[in-house]
Amino acid sequence: MSTGLFVVQVLNGLQFGVLLFLIAAGLTLVFGVMDFINLAHGVQYMLGAYLAVAFYALTGNFLIALVLALAAALLFGLLLEFVVFRHLYDRDHLEQVIATFGIIIFLNQAVKTVWGAAPLTLPIPEIFSGSIVLMPGLLYPVWRLVIIASGLVVAVLLYVLVSRTRVGMLVRAGATNARMVSALGVDIRRLFMVVFGFGTMLAAFAGAMIAPILSVEPGMGDTVLILAFVVMVIGGIGSMRGAFLAALLIGLVDTLGRSFAVDILRLVMPPSPARTVGPAIASMLIYVLMALVLYFRPAGLFPARGR
Amino acid sequence: MTRSKLFVTVAAAALFSVVVQAQAQEKLKIGVIATLSGPPAVLGQQLRNGVQLAVKDLGGKLGGREVEVIVQDDELKPDVAVSKAKALIDRDKVDFVVGPIFSNILQAIFKPVTDAGVILISPNAGTSNFAGKECNANFFVTSYQNDQAFGVAGKYAQDAGLKKIFLIAPNYQAGRDALAGFKSFYKGEIADEVYVPLGQLDYSAELAKIAAASPGAIYVFLPGGMGINFVKQFRQAGLADKTVFLSAFTVDESTLPAQQDAAVGFFGGANWAPNLDNPQNKKFVAGYEKEFGAVPATYAFQSYDAVLLIDGALKLTKGNVTDKDALRAALRKADFTSLRGSFKFNTNNYPIQDFYLVKVAKRSDGKFQTEIDKKVFTNFADLHAKDCPMK
Repeated sequence: MSTGLFVVQVLNGLQFGVLLFLIAAGLTLVFGVMDFINLAHGVQYMLGAYLAVAFYALTGNFLIALVLALAAALLFGLLLEFVVFRHLYDRDHLEQVIATFGIIIFLNQAVKTVWGAAPLTLPIPEIFSGSIVLMPGLLYPVWRLVIIASGLVVAVLLYVLVSRTRVGMLVRAGATNARMVSALGVDIRRLFMVVFGFGTMLAAFAGAMIAPILSVEPGMGDTVLILAFVVMVIGGIGSMRGAFLAALLIGLVDTLGRSFAVDILRLVMPPSPARTVGPAIASMLIYVLMALVLYFRPAGLFPARGR
Repeated sequence: MTRSKLFVTVAAAALFSVVVQAQAQEKLKIGVIATLSGPPAVLGQQLRNGVQLAVKDLGGKLGGREVEVIVQDDELKPDVAVSKAKALIDRDKVDFVVGPIFSNILQAIFKPVTDAGVILISPNAGTSNFAGKECNANFFVTSYQNDQAFGVAGKYAQDAGLKKIFLIAPNYQAGRDALAGFKSFYKGEIADEVYVPLGQLDYSAELAKIAAASPGAIYVFLPGGMGINFVKQFRQAGLADKTVFLSAFTVDESTLPAQQDAAVGFFGGANWAPNLDNPQNKKFVAGYEKEFGAVPATYAFQSYDAVLLIDGALKLTKGNVTDKDALRAALRKADFTSLRGSFKFNTNNYPIQDFYLVKVAKRSDGKFQTEIDKKVFTNFADLHAKDCPMK
């Protein structure tokens, strides 16, 4: 194991973490502010990827496709809020889970009907299609750097938006005590609608940005949804700062575990069982981490204040 | 005889003749069990399309009998598959069941179908247990025994003298079988073996390991969406230009529409490719593309062959499916012209056939397909047939 490889794997871990944060950000926002469990976040992420592919086919320009996809996702998010979600805010979590699970099934099937079951692809935008040499023989696509940068920008943007603007103040107030905010003359329903639409847009943004690296297929949101929930639980439910740090932590733990578990186990056991046990342990690591966090800090690493 | 009695008699006679006619014209029923929901639906669709195209090409008749195809979605859930298979047998009274795609579904429906005396034809899943000890006279396979497909790249790597091979597969039974299958033919140096969690999205950690090991070739078994992600990222990492890419079920016509240029020049192992040069295959590929707007993969061709197999057998039995012994004997003769050319059944009802190294290419019309690179095995029989009690 060389130092070079270790550094590369740390970078890979951070990049995976940022990717997870992009997905978990919208989920955290919606849950933190509205106390609403949105299982449909994963399919909204999938929809973002599909919309980007569709608009790219129409326009041939990634940037325009991205903007159009975000706009369409926002509209769709508002529509979903109007038709389904606003009737669920006052219900308990179980009913929210069941309703949003229904949306998962519906949208997965709808996507298959519209675009077919075959996976689709989105090319990396021309100007970012280059790569840099990270270590001898390994190129690092510039697009991955763009994803890292966009994740950091989203993090900063959310931080400023939530803690430095008037809307952010209302959002925080609404999260703490929605009734009181409403009594003070703020239209809390509209605020929720805006937050929800924004959350959908964040999910779609993640989907569109990741589409050039991952395959775009029905059900692509279901796997990431679980990871996004793990991020949220470890970080402290509803805490944006927690989600960011937890995403990086999970990215690092998962990537380093996958990279070095077998090598480490080889020090204490013969190579053949190490090869079998290593990956099993590596894929459990983030869940073990979650269990430990839940045991020692049931509210997560960085619990949101006022909850 | 009174008028009314006469009327009744005539009516009864007429009714009787109608019943007899109905029996003579009763349709042959084929049940199809395929995965048509979830991400792997694209494979199930190829299966269904292959069956339907074959029936259409044969003019809607198999061995002279009108045929009705009943399609069921197994949802990739064994329990669902069993209840759908039972419905096909008990309610629809099908004569044949064609399916499924996945091995775990085959394990589930095998007993209910074969125990009911219905012929089960698998156009894809070919597990080792049903090739060996648990082989069954009512079970036929038009694909291959799974180990054979895994072995093709191994045999090629051994023959070509490739050195330092890096192996990667998901951490589950089929993944371990894939690497074992490769190693049963490849005896050279192995750079490393890496198992990844099933459904992994991002392979940057593994790609860094591959780059650090700088292998001469890699052998990949990452089916479906995993393979699409891996192939794209492998190409983006710049590893594709200096590493030979060998694979099984990772680059084929079901994944190529998403992998596109990233997969060009990559190798797989198969019993067929769309450009396999014989007249019946050319007609099939052209017909499939016209009908469904996509290039067929092995799933489609093996399903097409399954219907040809039924047609050939029914011609021998003159459309009779009630005499099961005669029907089974006719099926075993495999009296049809397979799209792959040479085809015959081994004692375990699995095929003896040729296997090829196939290479991904971009066609002049911009679509992608695998093409025959070289023949790796000739008349290759699986190793489990010796354990099968059938002779």
